[in-house]
Amino acid sequence: MTIDDRVMDTREKIGFRLRELYAGYGYSRYRMSKFEEYDLYSRHRDFLFSDGVITFTDTGGRLMALKPDVTLSIVKNGKDTPGEVRRLYYHEHVYRVTGAADGFREQTQVGLECTGDLRDGETAEVLKLASESLKLCAENHVLEVSHLGILEAFVDMLAPNPRARERILECAGEKNLHGISGICRESGLAEGAEEPLRRLLTLGGTPRSVMPAVRQLAADFGCGSAAAELSRALTVFTGTEAEGRIRIDFSATGNLKYYNGIICRGFISGIPDCVLSGGQYDTLMRTMGRRDRAIGFAVFLDPLERLTEVEKVHA
Amino acid sequence: MLNIALPKGRLGEKVYGMFARAGFECPAVLENSRKLIFENEAAQVRYFWVKPSDVAIYVERGAADVGVAGKDILLEYRPDVYELLDLNIGKCRMAVAAPEGFEDRPDRTLRVATKFSRIARDFYTARGRDIDIIHLNGSIEIAPILGLSDVIVDIVETGTTLRENHLEVIETIVPISARLIANKSGFKFKTEAIERLTGALEKGGERE
Repeated sequence: MTIDDRVMDTREKIGFRLRELYAGYGYSRYRMSKFEEYDLYSRHRDFLFSDGVITFTDTGGRLMALKPDVTLSIVKNGKDTPGEVRRLYYHEHVYRVTGAADGFREQTQVGLECTGDLRDGETAEVLKLASESLKLCAENHVLEVSHLGILEAFVDMLAPNPRARERILECAGEKNLHGISGICRESGLAEGAEEPLRRLLTLGGTPRSVMPAVRQLAADFGCGSAAAELSRALTVFTGTEAEGRIRIDFSATGNLKYYNGIICRGFISGIPDCVLSGGQYDTLMRTMGRRDRAIGFAVFLDPLERLTEVEKVHA
Repeated sequence: MLNIALPKGRLGEKVYGMFARAGFECPAVLENSRKLIFENEAAQVRYFWVKPSDVAIYVERGAADVGVAGKDILLEYRPDVYELLDLNIGKCRMAVAAPEGFEDRPDRTLRVATKFSRIARDFYTARGRDIDIIHLNGSIEIAPILGLSDVIVDIVETGTTLRENHLEVIETIVPISARLIANKSGFKFKTEAIERLTGALEKGGERE
């Protein structure tokens, strides 16, 4: 049975096409209950997109939560698979606080998680799928890619105290170079100490235009292996149509308590919010007692409501 | 087309002058009219005047690609935007002020009147001080005079209003100035224009 596209709204169309895409790459569907024990989220609050979680007490007296996230559940319910790779995708509703009004909203996301004995090939495959996911949503898109290992190395080189480190990372995420210089002066660092970090943050562009400079800069400051890892992952785009839509940008940050290595974010022209977000989260896996490596991303379908013109949604 | 949100008022006019010198001219902006949106097709730029405290919302929500907002607004509302440049204009400071001769008693909860609840809370939380925030929308200075609060947290420019009301600054929280901000998504698709604007403003600032 085929379903006529006309009975679906933009989010539904994109959601189903993404599922089709992921299934085509060998990803299996992961389904989860709307509810999960609150304890899971309270122990990993920092991983969540927003602070609030809707909770209730179930008939057995357990404190439950309407799920604010899918990744935590997948990690919790999975098990290490030495020598193997596990590929899962999901299409779920999550419940989060959004915006300044602090109200809860139901949000729909489709995403995938690749866990296990991951090598360069799997990382490249996930980046390729992120790029293809954006292309399915709209032609005019950008996939921003970064490597947290490189950013961290440049921040830690300044040896700031934990509070200053947090503030510098915040400024990095805002492309706030004057803010970084201000924090360095307040912390008593020598004039110009932050120059390498400022240079890193101003290196932005396609892999072809930027990676030679990134590799050189990273090698000069002791994180050449992270730059090499990023280069290897990006070769999946070399010579492809997608190459021109990849942007290296080290202002892309993530929660360093959970994310490590390569991260990515997706943007679509005309939509003000990030519509795709993900990366490697080996650190979260360790925190949850897992030895496997992991990488994944989520596509947020709600902002795509704005893509009302059918021609923008590619078949 | 680069969409720019300007803060209404004298600061906005000064900002427009900087943008025009940076090559993003749109003479109609300064015409005395009730229009709020101005476009210069040739320069590929569209300006609009908005309430200063709303600039960050227009930029965060993508109605504007770039805008100019005070650091006070950015600290208070934490919009998810890029902060590309300190324009070094509209300089003032966020400060704690109290009646002349005020003596803080650490054994009591400090009552703080302010428009900037988050900034005040962050400042005192970092010190482990228990405070009671009284959120007001204006005329903050009269709160301690009428016994509504012990101190106020507010923007201080020259200090004249404080002095006239027998208040004095007892601590500076953070220096404030106008910042060039950009929408994160808009930046990805209009990188060249936004970087050209930022670069020109930076050079202009160095010359001044």
